[in-house]
Amino acid sequence: MRCFIGIDLGSTTTKAVVMDENLQILGRGITNSRSNYDTAAAVSKQEALIDTRLTLFRRGLASVPEVSGKVDEILADLERNFRHVQFLEQLEDLQQTCIANIKGPRFAGREKAVIEALEGTFSRLRDSSAAQYAPGVKRKSDFFRDLAGAEFMSHGEAVCKEAGLGFDLILNVYDKSIIEVENRPPSGDMEGKFVRALEKGTMTGSSILKPVQAALAIPLEETYVVGTGYGRVRLPFPKEHIRSEILCHGLGAHMMYPDTRTVLDIGGQDTKGIQVDPVGIVENFQMNDRCAAGCGRYLGYIADEMNMGLHELGPLAMKSNKQVRINSTCTVFAGAELRDRLALGEKREDILAGLHRAIILRAMSILSRAGGVKDQFTFTGGVAKNEAAVRELRKLIKENYGDVTINIDPDSIYTGALGGATFAVRAVVN
Amino acid sequence: MSKPEAVKEASMEMQKKMIARNYDAITSKHETGRKVSSTFVPGNLNELLMCFDIVNNLPEINAIQAGMRKASGGYIMEAEKSGHSEDVCTYVKADIGQMSKGNIAPNGKPYPNPDVLMLSYTGCYTFMKWFELLREEYKCPTLMLHVPYEGDGHSTKNMRDYIVKQLKEVVIPGLEQVSGVKFDIDRLRQYLRNSAKAEDNLVWCLEQGKVTPSPIDAYFGGVYYIGPIFTAFRGTDDAVAYYEMLRKEVQGRVENHQGPLTPEGTYFNDQKYRLIVEGPPNWTNFREFWKMFYDEGAVVVASSYTKVGGLYDQGFRHDPENPLESLADYCLGCYTNLNLPTRVDLLAKYVEEYQADGLLINSIKSCNSFSAGQLMIMKEVERRTGKPGAFIETDLVDPRYFSAANVKNRLESYFQMIEQKRRGGGSKTVAA
Amino acid sequence: MSGKNRTVADIVGVCQEMFEDLSFNYARKWKAAKPGRKVVGFLPVYSPLEMIHAAGCLPLGIFGGGDQMEVIHGDAYYQSYICRIPRSTIELGVTNRLDFVDGMIFPFVCDVIRNLSGIWKIMFPNVWSKFFDTPQNYDKSIGGTYYVQELHELKEGLEQMTGRKISDADIKNSIKLYNENRRLIREVYSFRAKQPWLAPTSEVYLLMRAGLMMDVEEHNQMLKDYMAAAAKEDRPKRDNVRVSIYGSFCEQPPLNLIKSIEMAGCYVVDDDYSLNNRFLMTDVPTDGDPLEALAMTYIENSVETSCKYVPDGKVKGQFHVDAIKACGAEGVIYATPSFCDPALLDRPMICNKLSEAGIPYIAFKYAENSGQMQPIREQAGTFADSIKLWS
Repeated sequence: MRCFIGIDLGSTTTKAVVMDENLQILGRGITNSRSNYDTAAAVSKQEALIDTRLTLFRRGLASVPEVSGKVDEILADLERNFRHVQFLEQLEDLQQTCIANIKGPRFAGREKAVIEALEGTFSRLRDSSAAQYAPGVKRKSDFFRDLAGAEFMSHGEAVCKEAGLGFDLILNVYDKSIIEVENRPPSGDMEGKFVRALEKGTMTGSSILKPVQAALAIPLEETYVVGTGYGRVRLPFPKEHIRSEILCHGLGAHMMYPDTRTVLDIGGQDTKGIQVDPVGIVENFQMNDRCAAGCGRYLGYIADEMNMGLHELGPLAMKSNKQVRINSTCTVFAGAELRDRLALGEKREDILAGLHRAIILRAMSILSRAGGVKDQFTFTGGVAKNEAAVRELRKLIKENYGDVTINIDPDSIYTGALGGATFAVRAVVN
Repeated sequence: MSKPEAVKEASMEMQKKMIARNYDAITSKHETGRKVSSTFVPGNLNELLMCFDIVNNLPEINAIQAGMRKASGGYIMEAEKSGHSEDVCTYVKADIGQMSKGNIAPNGKPYPNPDVLMLSYTGCYTFMKWFELLREEYKCPTLMLHVPYEGDGHSTKNMRDYIVKQLKEVVIPGLEQVSGVKFDIDRLRQYLRNSAKAEDNLVWCLEQGKVTPSPIDAYFGGVYYIGPIFTAFRGTDDAVAYYEMLRKEVQGRVENHQGPLTPEGTYFNDQKYRLIVEGPPNWTNFREFWKMFYDEGAVVVASSYTKVGGLYDQGFRHDPENPLESLADYCLGCYTNLNLPTRVDLLAKYVEEYQADGLLINSIKSCNSFSAGQLMIMKEVERRTGKPGAFIETDLVDPRYFSAANVKNRLESYFQMIEQKRRGGGSKTVAA
Repeated sequence: MSGKNRTVADIVGVCQEMFEDLSFNYARKWKAAKPGRKVVGFLPVYSPLEMIHAAGCLPLGIFGGGDQMEVIHGDAYYQSYICRIPRSTIELGVTNRLDFVDGMIFPFVCDVIRNLSGIWKIMFPNVWSKFFDTPQNYDKSIGGTYYVQELHELKEGLEQMTGRKISDADIKNSIKLYNENRRLIREVYSFRAKQPWLAPTSEVYLLMRAGLMMDVEEHNQMLKDYMAAAAKEDRPKRDNVRVSIYGSFCEQPPLNLIKSIEMAGCYVVDDDYSLNNRFLMTDVPTDGDPLEALAMTYIENSVETSCKYVPDGKVKGQFHVDAIKACGAEGVIYATPSFCDPALLDRPMICNKLSEAGIPYIAFKYAENSGQMQPIREQAGTFADSIKLWS
């Protein structure tokens, strides 16, 4: 079948969306943007295609009366097993890479011991991975780097201790190798992995097997790919396959909420205010000026400064009942301002509430610059997940623009890629 | 790795020689005994200086030269080290930093100290401080010509009288004293006659931006076209000859349906977007900046920067019949001396008359005279013309303030937006 | 209001309330009190308030939004490298806080305020607004002649706005009141210079700011009351150093910044805050042509500040050195708004002059909404300590 793919190469994550020619979303994928943009694009695309297969399975199983009501469970099982197969494959690659990387004077005479330690570690990793992919277990991350990393630390340290070997030796090898593995283009044979996953699973009746195999047999033709995002110029695409993230963002928001007229996106590096017409074409846009004050990164600094996780800031700010007025959204001064306030005896939640308001005030100015807020209004980007920021935004939108429908999609991170995929469809279908 | 030399047209070569001769005249003043003045581009009184055989040196142009030679960054940091704020104009800092680094002219010889600072104070507050700062350095006579701002959108008789009076009672006696040459108003008339001739041809060339494809680039190419008239050559025979030559070149391109010549030596014929640009260019990355436009098919058909030294296209000419009055009118009418509503009128008119796709603003950090209020200008021009505007930010000669990725991102977004709007939107289908 | 029983706290309380009131209720009430009254706003640094007063209007000083106002729409009009006062002034406008103001005067300060005058014309076409370009030529026959004519045009503009002629007698009467105002202000400044512990700058500042928002006669009474009351206060003299503050003539610092400097051990004995009411240093003559008198006083007897050209390079900055000697300051805090072209371009010249005269100084930047006072306290405190050590 014809697949239309949008890839959004952002500064921290890369997202991909696969669409069919009827503008139906088939799959979505995300990965961390590494130093190698080609790989990030390839991985996110593969993830989206994996998701596409799952959609096809779902469609295939929908007509099987025997599994009625159990499709979700079956697919969850299948994906879990698929991820496990994929994880083991990458683990194998990592092990080989680690062993190949044992060179240099620091390993002289100790190669064998290091290899043994690594083999031991990876063996335990493989064993423990079964538990990570057991039914009902929530994994901490979807990225191989995070999953393998944490486990490697605990098993590696134990193995080395038993062997009387310094952990830093194998850690050094690991650090070097994980970058190599991460930057390697993803291996193919997705279909094969699904077959293996199917075999591992518990639900292998022919009523499942047949439709899944039929779905697997559908060729996924990459008909048209559109790249966008800040790293788009680095994508190995011909120029006509590249669209600005502003355009993609506007169109993506329109696809999620067709009545959208104004879009606000607060990302890590920039804040955008976009006006779109009834078919999702950008009419006007403004971004934060050269000064990146008040972008998502600002919250990142604050989190670091307070020794908190980024996702913990919003909930703490929600506890405030006496907001402190923060006048500077300058990222450079954020730390100093914060310490000044703490020294004055202000409460952390009150300062945080003020900081969230300051960011949203900045966004309000950009919206004002872009021509104000029209109904409906869609808020996207990482900061849209922050409840304290959303609370302030709702308040200020109401004060300044009255009753406006405010859309916030929990999956808004895919907005740009969704717009890209839509452009891909439009490029071919029209 | 050195950059390939930019391909130049005959008029550019001629201008280059004129500029080189002027730098030689400046740096050889001790040998020739000629007096040198420093002065500014807007409100530049070149014809008057010529009446006293004074060579005209323009610190703004020197800063541009330093910017294009990639030397300005070091000069600016030098000035900041000596106490100049990071917040203020980088032309000033490049000029002051250059002094402490030997003050070498583009011809490799040291700039001599000026004999007079001709402070034609038109349209830019910083000019006043700039020459107060230079005065501390050179301790030479400083002649202030205060040109009032056209706050209500027009000049008044009082403003004109005030300027003429300053010319008669401050500037001319001051220049006589510095040069030892007696003022001869007929000499001034002769130079003004030359100015008007050159101005006619400049206007003709600038107006060819209305042709499709445009045979000129009124921004990146425009800075070359305005060179002689805005600097040390207005009123000279050289300038008259230059504009005749330029006119022939432009005429030739019109006849051949050619676009302007890019620095890469190709005619830029495949023009997809026609823009009006407001604000000065960036000089440190001039060619890279220009390339971002022609690579995407964007040609600038009219700009406000080519009006900083006079709005000749709106009818003004130097007038030998009313020499001092016409110098006063000239000073009053420079672009940055116009109030914001007048600037909006002019830009909106350009969008219409040059059939442009929209107004692009290059907002310059250094230049509040241009920049403060540009977002209002954009909003108004968008509202009046119905054409989308765009906003990018750079600086004149501070390389720290040019972010290529950032500028490119915005430009591409803007061009793609124009393209999309032109198609009237894509598929009307919406997601189910 | 009788002056006899007013305490410093009473007076300062009234001033502080006006200073903090971003709805300008005093001016609103003044306007509503009599039908046909009009209010004319003016920005820093100098406008001839006599002219507004003579037109029967209330001159209302607009000094931005301070540190208590959130700016949303104002920010939409300015890049990050432009100072704060035009943003907050626009915010005041678009949030209808100035909806009762009939006219606005934008005096010459710099290109930002100059261009703001054009923004005002576009945004508020029904408000009479004027960019007021004072001469930079200080020859009576050249700059003076030009200025007299500009004053005539200002007068005509005001007359058109109010629909009422302004007579010479009106202007002379206003000049008399403002002469008294300037005299009293000079008295307050010299009172503070003599006994700064009795007249802290955080109070004097509020007194001056409120004065630029109220009827001049009321302010004259208030100035007298304040001096009488302050002289009676029992306030201890501290071991503070005496400093002059320059560079703060346009966008104003937050009150907290002034307090922080004082708390750090400085007596402020001279300043260029809200300079309008001290711009003319002598009485304006009330005989002869009043416009001529205003113009020539400006030409011959106005302060030196960064938005004025100094024709003689040799004396550039001497004005400040003389002022410092006259008020007995031991050092200078050159405090300027961020991105303030006039003050920042002048800074190297003024500071060099101070160095030559052996006057110690420090320099820092602020914005009207600066929130961090710790660095200010530290710098001012260290400066005070170092002066004490040297002397």
